[in-house]
Amino acid sequence: MTTRVKGRPEFYTAYAQDMAFLNTRPKQWGVVAIVAIAALLPMTVSDDLLKILGTGLVLAIGAIGLNLLTGFAGQVSLGHAFFVAVGAYTASWIAGDPDGRTVGLGITFMPLWILGAGVAAAIAGAVVAPLAVRLRGLYLAVVTLALVIIGGFVFTEWRSLSGGAQQGRDAPVPTILGADLTVDGAYTQEQKLYWLFLVVLIICAIFARNIGRSKIGRAFSAVRDRDVAAGVMGVELTKYKLIAFVLSSFYAGVCGSLLFVANGYFGPERFSGGMGLLLSVQFIAMILIGGVATVSGSIMGAMLIALLPRISSELPSFLPFITTASNEHPNIFEVEQAMYGVLIIAFLLFEPRGLFGVWHRVRTYWKSFPFSY
Amino acid sequence: MTELLSAVAAGLGQGSIYTLLALGFVIIYKSMGVISFAQPALMMAGAILVSYWSPKLGFWPAVILGGLAIAVVALVIERLAIRPMVGKAVFVIAIITIGVDIIVRVVAGAFVGTDPRSIGDPWGLGRWHIGGVAIQHRHAAAFIAAAVIVTLVAAFFRYTSIGLAMRAAALDQEAAMTQGVSVGVVFAVSWAMAGFLAAVAGVFAAAGNSLDQNLWIVGLAALPVIILGGLDSLLGAVVGGLVIGVVEALVRNYHSDIFPGIATNTGPLAPYVVMLLVLLVRPYGLFGTKEVERV
Repeated sequence: MTTRVKGRPEFYTAYAQDMAFLNTRPKQWGVVAIVAIAALLPMTVSDDLLKILGTGLVLAIGAIGLNLLTGFAGQVSLGHAFFVAVGAYTASWIAGDPDGRTVGLGITFMPLWILGAGVAAAIAGAVVAPLAVRLRGLYLAVVTLALVIIGGFVFTEWRSLSGGAQQGRDAPVPTILGADLTVDGAYTQEQKLYWLFLVVLIICAIFARNIGRSKIGRAFSAVRDRDVAAGVMGVELTKYKLIAFVLSSFYAGVCGSLLFVANGYFGPERFSGGMGLLLSVQFIAMILIGGVATVSGSIMGAMLIALLPRISSELPSFLPFITTASNEHPNIFEVEQAMYGVLIIAFLLFEPRGLFGVWHRVRTYWKSFPFSY
Repeated sequence: MTELLSAVAAGLGQGSIYTLLALGFVIIYKSMGVISFAQPALMMAGAILVSYWSPKLGFWPAVILGGLAIAVVALVIERLAIRPMVGKAVFVIAIITIGVDIIVRVVAGAFVGTDPRSIGDPWGLGRWHIGGVAIQHRHAAAFIAAAVIVTLVAAFFRYTSIGLAMRAAALDQEAAMTQGVSVGVVFAVSWAMAGFLAAVAGVFAAAGNSLDQNLWIVGLAALPVIILGGLDSLLGAVVGGLVIGVVEALVRNYHSDIFPGIATNTGPLAPYVVMLLVLLVRPYGLFGTKEVERV
């Protein structure tokens, strides 16, 4: 019998209970509460902040993807921006205006271009994976970095697709049953897009959480902890590294398809050279700050990174020596950039498990309160 | 033919810069087993520092002092951010160096300003013509400087006691410690050397150009070089640097013949493509030691 004992939330009578999706009552209520608060947030928060939070939700999808690859399977990738770019361009190609300046198929059915972007990025991941599975550790990091450099060049040059440097192209327009989400109606554009992103993120998060507690997830962990040992135990290294790459790229593609929807426009500069690498590093920062190999950590990290520009723009009122003028130093843009570096270093030095680790510590403290253990 | 030789000469000059940078990467990798992604930023910081000092002190004193100053910066980075992480996963340390890179780049970039800065080098764009082959002074200078520095580094590892200690630590850290080698000193010296090399490379990379944030992108091209040569091979850094430099210069020169349809020059992509092609055949680079896998 797999019954739960009343009043003993941590007492499991079956393995399935321990591995359940939300294995404790507080977790169940907690998740319900967080989702409810997240869903009701647009009613109270101003639109400009909501836009930032929406971007954070989209980035969280990409961060979950990178966490599947880097956190769960231990394959360091600095090339996440490339797969995000593949997704962004596929989505805008499928949904784009066929008669416009840039190529497009004119298929505006939203689930199709979101999934199409994911699948295209996954295919790109599958193409890269055979080279990547031969490499380990830092070699892999540098090779994936090369993807960003080469990909950025290709996208910039492919003018019919990307619109070319300094010009860019339109992002896909999200519509549900013919209703354009980017037009203010009963609810504003920011509110509607926020809800859209939230729904997609929840689907992606549940899927990732389920992968993490399945056979595939356990294989990933084995590969991460010691790939040779995993191979000896019968985990097919090539297969699972390939799966990790494909899954991670799929998430990146979905993230890319939605990333520019709020702006309605994006240029290839976003993915090439220094900016492309910065995007990759931002994703790395998200999973390290949030918490490696956790879905909730990816979301927390992505929200923090998305809020960083806003936080640094608020800083001058507290720290008067920081200016808002871009020709004086130190200005808020420099502070924002430097904060990525500072946060990465600080978290790795002092809290390697990230925000998830902070939460974990708080939780264990209160669990046994007032005793320290 | 003269066009080809001119391109090769320019490539050897550029390759010397890559060699200097790559040596720094390899020295750090050999001592700690980590790629320092902070090297490109240190290179940019070095060039910017020299551009401030050379009008006051003269070019050569500024290069030496700038190199030493960046070496001190690298020492501080190593002590504050890297040393506490010794023994942790190499990936984690590599990511920390990415964080360091961002910070150094932002701080150094704040001193670039909007006016184009010059490094104050004595060469400019002057060139010799030897039988129709154009050789730029700055490329010749970079090549000679790289040759001298590579010789000095090789001699340092071969003949000094700290060089011997570093070789011992690279071979087997624990065994070296039991023989009385201070691994901390080895780490510090390797970071200082890498910082100095990065600053010197930055000076040559900025010579003849105006100085801006794009110098950092040049520094990134040293990553394909070390992967091509093998992460733990000093010889690989030298050979890889020169090969990548020449290939890049050739592609840059003949770009319009090879790819007539592409407007932007494909030269900067060449290092990465060469790296990918070599990795398909040799996953540990040309001279890298194959990792022995033990469980």
